[in-house]
Amino acid sequence: MKLSHSPLLSQRLPIGRARFVVGLLLVMFGGLVVRSAYLQGIQNDFLQKEGEARYERVIDIPATRGRITDRHGDVLAVSTPVKSIWAIPEAARLTPSESRQLARLLELSVRDLNRKLSSERDFVFIKRQVPPDLSAKIAAMNLPGIHQQNDYRRFYPSGEMVAHMLGFTNVEDAGQEGIELAMNPLLAGKQGSRRVIRDRRGRIVDDAKLIRPPQEGKDITLSLDAKIQYLAHTHLKQAIADHHARAGGIVVLDAKTGEVLALANLPTYNPNDRSRLTGTQLRNRALTDTFEPGSTFKPFTVALALEKGNVLFNTPIMTGSGKMTIGTATISDAHPAPQLTVAQIIQKSSNIGAAKIALSMKPDDLWQMFDTLGFGTPLGLGFPGEAGGRLRPAKSWRPIEQATMAYGHGISVTLIQLAHAYLPFAREGDLTPLSLIKLDSPPARGKPVFSAQTAREMRAMLEMVVAPGGTAPKAAIPGYRVAGKTGTAHKLEGNAYVDKYVASFVGFAPVSDPRLIVAVMIDEPTGAVYYGGDVAAPVFARVMEGALRTLGISHDAPKSLLVAQGVAQ
Amino acid sequence: MIRSNFFLLLVAVLCALATVHANHQARRLFTELEREQGRMQALEDEWGRLQLEQSTYATHSRIEKMAREKLGMKPPQPGRTFVIDP
Repeated sequence: MKLSHSPLLSQRLPIGRARFVVGLLLVMFGGLVVRSAYLQGIQNDFLQKEGEARYERVIDIPATRGRITDRHGDVLAVSTPVKSIWAIPEAARLTPSESRQLARLLELSVRDLNRKLSSERDFVFIKRQVPPDLSAKIAAMNLPGIHQQNDYRRFYPSGEMVAHMLGFTNVEDAGQEGIELAMNPLLAGKQGSRRVIRDRRGRIVDDAKLIRPPQEGKDITLSLDAKIQYLAHTHLKQAIADHHARAGGIVVLDAKTGEVLALANLPTYNPNDRSRLTGTQLRNRALTDTFEPGSTFKPFTVALALEKGNVLFNTPIMTGSGKMTIGTATISDAHPAPQLTVAQIIQKSSNIGAAKIALSMKPDDLWQMFDTLGFGTPLGLGFPGEAGGRLRPAKSWRPIEQATMAYGHGISVTLIQLAHAYLPFAREGDLTPLSLIKLDSPPARGKPVFSAQTAREMRAMLEMVVAPGGTAPKAAIPGYRVAGKTGTAHKLEGNAYVDKYVASFVGFAPVSDPRLIVAVMIDEPTGAVYYGGDVAAPVFARVMEGALRTLGISHDAPKSLLVAQGVAQ
Repeated sequence: MIRSNFFLLLVAVLCALATVHANHQARRLFTELEREQGRMQALEDEWGRLQLEQSTYATHSRIEKMAREKLGMKPPQPGRTFVIDP
């Protein structure tokens, strides 16, 4: 029987039943419409948020701190990822054997570990900066309530050698000292964050939104040359040990560009292990400590006198009996001679000669020159704690002060200021600013301080210091023409000069076309010798010789002399 | 009429399935991308570690020590040095 022939269909039903069913369906449908309008319209925001909360997560995008490299790209400081182990004390229920094992892995005592785990707080660090292989072992133990987070740790492969320049960072990887502090805004990266969609297995399946792009820390290329730095550090260390000195510093400058190629201080410290650090080890003496420079200061006064035409290279100066009285004070020479030329005053380092030349000039002129050379104010290298030294205003100078300043007493400077002030002698009389950062192009001619003629004459005088008959034959380097000046200054304690010394030497080479300036300062040598020419000059010679060889700079001394010296050695 | 309706229904269903497939594909690829990016980060970290290791091995004090002690080298005497100018 076909469906259309079913007798049921031919039966007539009351119309009310059909209307009731239609009406009921309409009401239910209306209910659905209202409900969906409610969900889609009014509750939409709330529901969307709830939904997102179930599959969306905001995650951090890490940013690494920039590297610090030397001028050739050798890494001096680099951050590598490490783990920090932390715990929720309440959730960390460890069995005694688990505690023992964890404590052993982390090199903690069980008692310390238990004390941390019984803390009242919700979150405790158990150990920060754990190397990755160790953290993997701890993760494998799968301990309840013990978690790990990513962290960075800074490493300094060159250790104590460059410690003072670089400084260091704290446990949060933020700069605390040195370049790390000074350049922190550049070096530090900024963490970014993004919103992602995760599936039920925790995999990220889609990027919902980049909230903040991460900012990687910038790499910094210092002007330092790691090889020259090594030479400077090693030879300074050797000299300080040989002469039982208290401290010392050395600065190597590129005379062509004003870049600082090396800067080392002693005592120093190992930036990778700072558990037993003292304040004296931390001091970057060459930049932050001032001292009375002594005779290394004489060339400035003489150069100004040449510049002003007060004296000529060979003008004789009466230096008398080796004693000279100004007011109530007496100054004296170590090697008295009745008469010296201006050049010999530098060569023999005569205090009286330098004082007489200084007294022939106006205090204002002298002050002006010292100021132009950068004394009395910090050089503005951007290094934390940089000192400016003491240079009193010319108006307050008494004649004795003007005289002693000529040979570097009554004035205080930092080693880097002193090295910087020798730039005009090594250049054509002009002074360029120093830089701790590698320069892309050498600076143009600097600020003129002396004329090129004066600079040339000064180079000739300073070369005589190193020649036989000068105060520093030990600064000579076979094969190269070298110029420089010694300094041996009495130290000031309280208000009186005592029998403690600062031995120093500042010089440059090769004289025919100076490339490098090296300044050495050794504080309180207590051995048999304490003169700058005996203590500091040999350090200068060794560092300069090594640096010139490293840079591949040609010999400029006459060949015959070279062979003779080579044989003599 | 009915025929074309069926055809359109079929097209709609196929489109819907294609969308699902495309979405799945996109997520799969994204996961892969994510994994590769993770690998990139890990490699970068490793590069940092290797650089550190390299510079630790290449410290001048270590090189000098090895040159002097193991290889018996010493700096040349000035008399035996010739600088060749370019």
